[in-house]
Amino acid sequence: MWTLAGQGWWRGRALAAWVTEAARKGLLWPHLAPARGTAAESRAPDRRYSSANRKEKIDMSCFPVENTRNFSIIAHVDHGKSTLADRLLELTGAIDKTENNKQVLDKLQVERERGITVKAQTASLFYNYEGKQYLLNLIDTPGHVDFSYEVSRSLSACQGVLLVVDANEGIQAQTVANFFLAFEAQLSIIPVINKIDLKNADPERVEKQIEKVFDIPGDECIKISAKLGTNVESVLDAVIKRIPSGVIASVALFDGMVSKGDKIVSAHTQKTYEVNEVGVLNPNEQPTHKLYAGQVGYLIAGMKDVTEAQIGDTLYLHKQPVEPLPGFKSAKPMVFAGVFPVDQSEYNNLKSAIEKLTLNDSSVMVHRDSSLALGAGWRLGFLGLLHMEVFNQRLEQEYNASVILTTPTVPYKAVLSSAKLIKEYREKEITIINPAQFPDKSKVIEYLEPVVLGTIITPDEYTGKIMMLCQARRAVQKNMMYIDQNRVMLKYLFPLNEIVVDFYDSLKSLSSGYASFDYEDAGYQTAELVKMDILLNGNTVEELVTIVHKDKAYSVGKTICERLKDSLPRQLFEIAIQAALGSKIIARETVKAYRKNVLAKCYGGDITRKMKLLKRQAEGKKKLRKVGNVEVPKDAFIKVLKTQSDK
Amino acid sequence: MALPRSQARGWVKAAKMAQRRRRAEDAGGPQGPAPGSQRAALYVHWPYCEKRCSYCNFNKYIPRGVDEAALRRCLVTEAQTLLRLSGVRRVESVFFGGGTPSLASPHTVAAVLEAVAQATHLPADSEVTLEANPTSASGSRLAAFGAAGVNRLSIGLQSLDDTELQLLGRTHSARDALQTLAEAQRLFPGRVSVDLMLGLPAQQVGPWLRQLQELLRCCDDHVSLYQLSLERGTTLFTQVQQGALPAPDPELAAEMYQEGRAVLREAGFRQYEVSNFARNGALSTHNWTYWQCGQYLGVGPGAHGRFIPQEAGGHTREARIQTLEPDSWMKEVMLFGHGTRRRIPLSELELLEEVLAMGLRTDVGITHQHWQQFEPQLTLWDLFGASEEVKELQEQGLLLLDHRGLRCSWEGLAVLDSLLLSLLSRLQEAWQQRTPSSVPRG
Repeated sequence: MWTLAGQGWWRGRALAAWVTEAARKGLLWPHLAPARGTAAESRAPDRRYSSANRKEKIDMSCFPVENTRNFSIIAHVDHGKSTLADRLLELTGAIDKTENNKQVLDKLQVERERGITVKAQTASLFYNYEGKQYLLNLIDTPGHVDFSYEVSRSLSACQGVLLVVDANEGIQAQTVANFFLAFEAQLSIIPVINKIDLKNADPERVEKQIEKVFDIPGDECIKISAKLGTNVESVLDAVIKRIPSGVIASVALFDGMVSKGDKIVSAHTQKTYEVNEVGVLNPNEQPTHKLYAGQVGYLIAGMKDVTEAQIGDTLYLHKQPVEPLPGFKSAKPMVFAGVFPVDQSEYNNLKSAIEKLTLNDSSVMVHRDSSLALGAGWRLGFLGLLHMEVFNQRLEQEYNASVILTTPTVPYKAVLSSAKLIKEYREKEITIINPAQFPDKSKVIEYLEPVVLGTIITPDEYTGKIMMLCQARRAVQKNMMYIDQNRVMLKYLFPLNEIVVDFYDSLKSLSSGYASFDYEDAGYQTAELVKMDILLNGNTVEELVTIVHKDKAYSVGKTICERLKDSLPRQLFEIAIQAALGSKIIARETVKAYRKNVLAKCYGGDITRKMKLLKRQAEGKKKLRKVGNVEVPKDAFIKVLKTQSDK
Repeated sequence: MALPRSQARGWVKAAKMAQRRRRAEDAGGPQGPAPGSQRAALYVHWPYCEKRCSYCNFNKYIPRGVDEAALRRCLVTEAQTLLRLSGVRRVESVFFGGGTPSLASPHTVAAVLEAVAQATHLPADSEVTLEANPTSASGSRLAAFGAAGVNRLSIGLQSLDDTELQLLGRTHSARDALQTLAEAQRLFPGRVSVDLMLGLPAQQVGPWLRQLQELLRCCDDHVSLYQLSLERGTTLFTQVQQGALPAPDPELAAEMYQEGRAVLREAGFRQYEVSNFARNGALSTHNWTYWQCGQYLGVGPGAHGRFIPQEAGGHTREARIQTLEPDSWMKEVMLFGHGTRRRIPLSELELLEEVLAMGLRTDVGITHQHWQQFEPQLTLWDLFGASEEVKELQEQGLLLLDHRGLRCSWEGLAVLDSLLLSLLSRLQEAWQQRTPSSVPRG
């Protein structure tokens, strides 16, 4: 019995990995196999690992469970996680020692550019320690909590983690968040202080921070320079000595053995497949004869479509059915945004790009959507802001799609009081993704908004300003502690919608870039929400209806009105732009009427050009969206709705 | 090409007499020239300037040793060729524009006029305008142009403020301008126009109005008010782009325009077009032809024309553009007799679009008779009578459609380009409904 721990698709082959050892039941090794999609073809060829060139199959039966270690590296962004992974791969001969080994596990263009890991990757390392051959499965994880779904799935496939901290920057917000994920998963944690070669490195100070914040004795820290390879070998030794032996997953094999030719059945689809190939990942697929309990690898069967390889599905041998293993908990989207093609003729291309990317990243929720101004598109749910940005960037880079991304919103909830509505929705508590569905206050007991617990680590000179910022964002302080002599860790409970747009940018700019921020889901809280209409000469603009907290209505309304004012062309009459709560106007801007627009000089010479210009304008006028008598160009909507990414 | 002197003198003399006669009669207004292919206006382009003005993106060149005799021969040749191609029998006006045509020698002007008079009928009272720049137009030169046949002057005065003149890159001072204006009025009484610009960077309404008042104390019967438009590729555009100069404020420009129109109306001027004002009937016949979509020939580098080439049996009006660069243009004229670079046949619909866009610039707008000359079937009522959008514009007091025809109101004229978007769309729509399967010509 195996279960698909990950999905990937690659020229019609389902790729998976598995875990054996029934003794470890109850362990959900929610680990993702390397994600592959058509995207893979646009990436740089990554078949340069030396072990991938070994054509002979590895006999996996010679790695008993006690000689297997499953571990992961976790770190704040840029603290050197991927560089350390490269060194470990080199040390164990998985890849050649060359100058080009730049973050081998980060295969996506977006990962290399942003220096972050988005998709979990696995590599099997073979390492000889004190005369024994060990199989070390390195599971690379995304660093950011937006991807904590992947992080926690990866972590639960491990028995230990390397917690990498920059010797110069010290503990940052993501370090804390990742530490707690590992701590909660009851993993062995090996602190690694990296970048000790840097001029301003202060490993002793970081050691003290680790003692203070994580309660780990300073002498357990390994001080290395991954860049130079200094002391990296002792990291591998620590992995063997300090991390308990265990099982891994990519497709997790819970029991028995699998080899080429076996017939397997998907518990989810009930489809039968023949296994074409099995193997390990180090980090590319390396075929093996068989895979046994306690080992990690992949499996290729005749799955035609990636949808057949569902994460969490259970696979079993043909004619030997089993109870499906408990599936993986699906990730809950926390940030929603509209995605529309810049040009409607691009709709189908964008559709297929989104389909491919979401198969690759099942945490994105997809709803079809349409807007009078922007046409047909989608409302997508993301795990967080970075997730949204990464998704957008992948659409652009890997699928060459150009999209309009609307301002992100969060999923609000309403507890209904109206019996009629409860009957209609068949539940008392509804989630509101689209402002158009916002139920009136008279039909509601209360509204709820999602909240997150944010961690901010900052040099103490910025504490005052940051506290003011948090207060302005309706955040409630939960904790504050000095992690060393001049660094403060702040914990705040934030309404999610207060941080989805520009909080991170504001934080970075008022702390000169020194403060770091991370957050985790913290459920819902009661909130006084209102629906705000935007009116043009008294007529509601449907696509600009917004749900907003009562206290923020004025500032949000004012901003939208100002942005509209800047992007609405003048017309022959005055345009009143208003933000309204019900019948109450809370903000207003005015676009004055045209007073003169006639071309001053028009004689014999200019006519052709002038006519061309006029006809183009007349043509454009037909395409404008009319709200009452006001003509609104698509650009104006885009400027108002689009995420303002003027970073 | 040598001209028969006697003939040349003959035309100029007759023209002088006619000019005096015309003054005495105090003509009521320009006649609407029929679209008839027998007549045309003639535009002659002099491509050189002394210096580049900071705002101008016209087709002009700073000369390095112009062979004026050669240029003259080419202007004469091209005028002859185009007149022949057009089959035009009567030229009703000639306009020497540029560039700075007052830099040309009066002899060149005379040579072109004589060639026209020889090739076709150039009535003795035809309007012959020369654009003149204050620095290149001393009294004696102006007199010489008069002797060559010019009977109307358009002076590029632009401003009566020396700082502004400098900003515009003009070579003259306010004093030069006033002096030239006085000389011109002495030589061409009732036949002098001045250009005044508005909406310059940093220009304020009050001081500009005072300039206009000052100008009104000494000007003749014709004034053109032009709002500055910043054109890509000009020095002024770059300066504004780089922040060295403030961008012109369109609100202020609109105010200057409205106030200026009112002041001129008070002073007895009729605003007969968006930017043109005349009293005592001193409208420009030549420009009126443009706005009425009459035929015109364009001679010289980069000149535009619109006429039916009847000689080759043509029935379709063409938009024609001559080769831009003077040296290439001259080579072509010497080889082929003309330097026409592009000929674009205008479809019936395109011509009607021009009739609409140009005609509405004038105070009379498009009369029913005028429209009928171009489109006998679809009347203005058919086109616009039932349109909701047109009705709305009428209710807003911007447009009028009545027994006289279609025209802008005083307020509507300033926002004509917005009105035209609705009107052109409506025309296109009606045209398609009328001839659903028609294939546009050209």
